[in-house]
Amino acid sequence: MLETLGLSRVEDLFAHLPPEVISKRPLDIAPGKSEYEIVDYFKARGGENANGYTSFLGAGAYCHYRPVLVDTVVSRGEFLTSYTPYQAEIAQGTLTSIFEFQTMICQLTGMDVANASMYDGSSAVPEAAMMAARLTRRHRALISRTVHPEYREVLLTYARHQGMQVEEFGYQREAGALDPVELERKLDDQTAAVIVQSPNFFGIVENIRQAAKIAHTHGALLIVVFTEAVALGLLEPPRDADIVAGELQSFAIPPSYGGPYAGIIATREKYIRQLPGRLVGETRDTHGNRAFCLTLSTREQHIRREKATSNICTNQALIALMATVFMTVYGKEGLRELAIQNLSKANYLAGKLPQRFSGPFFNEFVVSTNGRSPDDINHALLEKKIIGGLPLARFYPELDNAMLLCCTEMVRREQMDQVVEAFA
Amino acid sequence: MIRKARQHITQNEPLLFEQSSPGKRGYQLPPLDVPEIDPAAALGAGNTRAGIEDFPEVSEVEAIRHFTRLSTWNYAIDLGLYPLGSCTMKYNPRVNELVARIDGLAWIHPYQPESLSQGAMEIIAELERCLVEITGMHAVTLQPAAGAHGELTGILLIRALLESRGNPRKKILIPDSAHGTNPATAAIAGYKVENIKSNDRGMTDLETLAQALDEDVAALMITNPNTVGVFEENITRITRMLHDKGALVYMDGANMNALVGISRPGDFGVDVMHLNLHKTFSTPHGGGGPGSGAVAVKKHLEPFLPTPRLQRSGDRWSWNYDIPHSIGRVRSFYGNFGVLVRALAYIMAHGGDGLRRATMDALLNANYIRKLVEPYYEIAYRAPSMHECVFSDDRQAARGVRTGDIAKRLIDYGFHPYTVSFPLIVHGALMIEPTETESKSELDLFADALISIAKEIEEKPEFVLKAPHLTRTSRVDEVTAARRPILRWRPQSSVSRAAD
Repeated sequence: MLETLGLSRVEDLFAHLPPEVISKRPLDIAPGKSEYEIVDYFKARGGENANGYTSFLGAGAYCHYRPVLVDTVVSRGEFLTSYTPYQAEIAQGTLTSIFEFQTMICQLTGMDVANASMYDGSSAVPEAAMMAARLTRRHRALISRTVHPEYREVLLTYARHQGMQVEEFGYQREAGALDPVELERKLDDQTAAVIVQSPNFFGIVENIRQAAKIAHTHGALLIVVFTEAVALGLLEPPRDADIVAGELQSFAIPPSYGGPYAGIIATREKYIRQLPGRLVGETRDTHGNRAFCLTLSTREQHIRREKATSNICTNQALIALMATVFMTVYGKEGLRELAIQNLSKANYLAGKLPQRFSGPFFNEFVVSTNGRSPDDINHALLEKKIIGGLPLARFYPELDNAMLLCCTEMVRREQMDQVVEAFA
Repeated sequence: MIRKARQHITQNEPLLFEQSSPGKRGYQLPPLDVPEIDPAAALGAGNTRAGIEDFPEVSEVEAIRHFTRLSTWNYAIDLGLYPLGSCTMKYNPRVNELVARIDGLAWIHPYQPESLSQGAMEIIAELERCLVEITGMHAVTLQPAAGAHGELTGILLIRALLESRGNPRKKILIPDSAHGTNPATAAIAGYKVENIKSNDRGMTDLETLAQALDEDVAALMITNPNTVGVFEENITRITRMLHDKGALVYMDGANMNALVGISRPGDFGVDVMHLNLHKTFSTPHGGGGPGSGAVAVKKHLEPFLPTPRLQRSGDRWSWNYDIPHSIGRVRSFYGNFGVLVRALAYIMAHGGDGLRRATMDALLNANYIRKLVEPYYEIAYRAPSMHECVFSDDRQAARGVRTGDIAKRLIDYGFHPYTVSFPLIVHGALMIEPTETESKSELDLFADALISIAKEIEEKPEFVLKAPHLTRTSRVDEVTAARRPILRWRPQSSVSRAAD
């Protein structure tokens, strides 16, 4: 090949670079390792993390069982090693599965259209808020303090330089649900969006209908966030929302220390043109066969540049495929049964512990530690190979003697009983 | 002559919803070991749903056949050269997939105690260290989820630094050859965008830059090598010009596969840059994601990095949430950890020397293709190519055939097309990036295909205009898709035919 190019050394290929930019020394990175050594290294690192523990942590990342079919499908090179499906004729596999994904997300959320994924739930929130701002031409967002604290932080980061004012409103101290009176009081005719989460960060199911009514009375859009997608197998979908922004990690996506996950934004048909992210649409090929392709790309950065609805390009396609396979394997009956198992387990444990809030909950709930420090209880649980709940003081100083516990289908009764013992 | 491919049978497959029938299931849950709760009683009747309307119901074997059949309709790196320019479609080593699935890495919760997450934190720290070394910068954040997310992080860092100096300034300069994400990012970060024209060598024009460079400029966003695959020969001068005006330089690292081990952006004056771990560091594109957009910065931008930051105290890692000048979070938790594991595995497999050799192979492959194809297609710029080469369809357009048509015909030859019609500054661009992955024989087949198509265009252009001819799906009507959007299946959906 060098001969074809008329070169004698491969270094000649960059000999035209200005001398001052060429590195004078080799990279200080250890010599290449064999496959065996690499596996060994990562097994050793994995060994330094928690292994064989049962976890009662939720708070935006959930330990649900992952059906074997999920990795079987996403490990296929045709899905794993393909690019964004711009060349529709040789990407119908990816395109068809995304079309199915969009459909299932609509069915789950009660919305008309869903995009092909966002980075995660947290970054879907500012994207949804910016979408609401464009739709209403208003520049203020009101977000409930019961929305995941880290999601709120991400919203603040994005909003700061968008001329978007973000304000929080509180929750009812008894029920643990958003405070409709404070919401009403803080709404004004400049508010583009009211952002709530259900089940909320405390696990409580919010009254979406009421929140929608309050928001709409003031001409604001309602954005409903979810972090625990399994809840939608059982809960009435947020049909009164204008935009739904959620996280699908619960659908067979491993917790993996926080990512990669997959977010979504779903909305009503009339708001399509302001929806960020990729969309797959149905069409025909020249032979009249059904075919799918990326569509409405005039919303996107590669066409509209600085006027695009978002700067998002790479999304979470393979992770969205995990969720698609998960939804297929569980299906209509399975998702419901799975949700009931979660609800039942959570109720079992919550029934034996001092609950902090009175509102209805799905698979997460806040318990009071009755004067003991949550860390103290968690420490005792670690001895039994159990990772306890999330101490809430870090995010809610007023809840310094409380922790958030989560029960999925993967926790067993004996382990829940051990948690009860640790509280005694 | 088509040498790489020939036709074979593919299976038809309806949508999941069209093959669903009530009661079918592909799962089995263990018996519930606690009393079953009545949802309506626990949650309130108004809060529960009956069942998800039209949600699929298929058996396990139907599920696996469904997705396997769909998979056979895709092209992939595992099937051959995937020469998308600026996308760096290189082989995705399977050991990376294996290690990312190790229980102690895949099943760890982001909020579990730090004492039980030390291995994960060590991986993050080690990857940060490697990327600092590769880029010649001072610090790295791994929180951003993709390239565009990294760009946003980087521009927010610039804004934060300038604000701390008293004036965030108003605009960002972007060469007209840049990726669309650059201007979209600048707009989201609250900046006006001013495009800088490229010169006739495909490089940033210094005079135009000097004219645009005033006290309102916050930064230049530059891609190097740029999107025509050319190294900006004046890069040190450019970075100095920006710095002299108190502005900063952001580098889009999409093309870093041309530089690893050869040249470090930190050494030529870049203040902040992102890396696409899903390009340069081999993590799979997965049909559009996930990615990871690591951001590397110089010392002066470090105080503003997203919270939390990893810190070492004694023999332990911990997360530091007390970063007073931080721009805040750009996403929840700590980033796409699973992608980081894969990227570190790639770096370990290569080592410092191997990374440099991969770069040189990428350069060699791109220049080899350029050499073979140049007699038949118009090279966009004479300047030497780095890791990709860009042609224009000028000669073929004279026969009425455009870059998009050539791309479709390439599919018949068994290849994924190059990047079509980008960068916008090249008339009818064919942007080709083979990466270091490809062997000489695959490159020869690809060059032969392009040459053969060039001849077809001379002899029977109308045949090329109707390509692809050999695929399962012929040319797709994208216009109708956009005009009458059908974005989900519905039971009454009339266009859907069950037997497709």
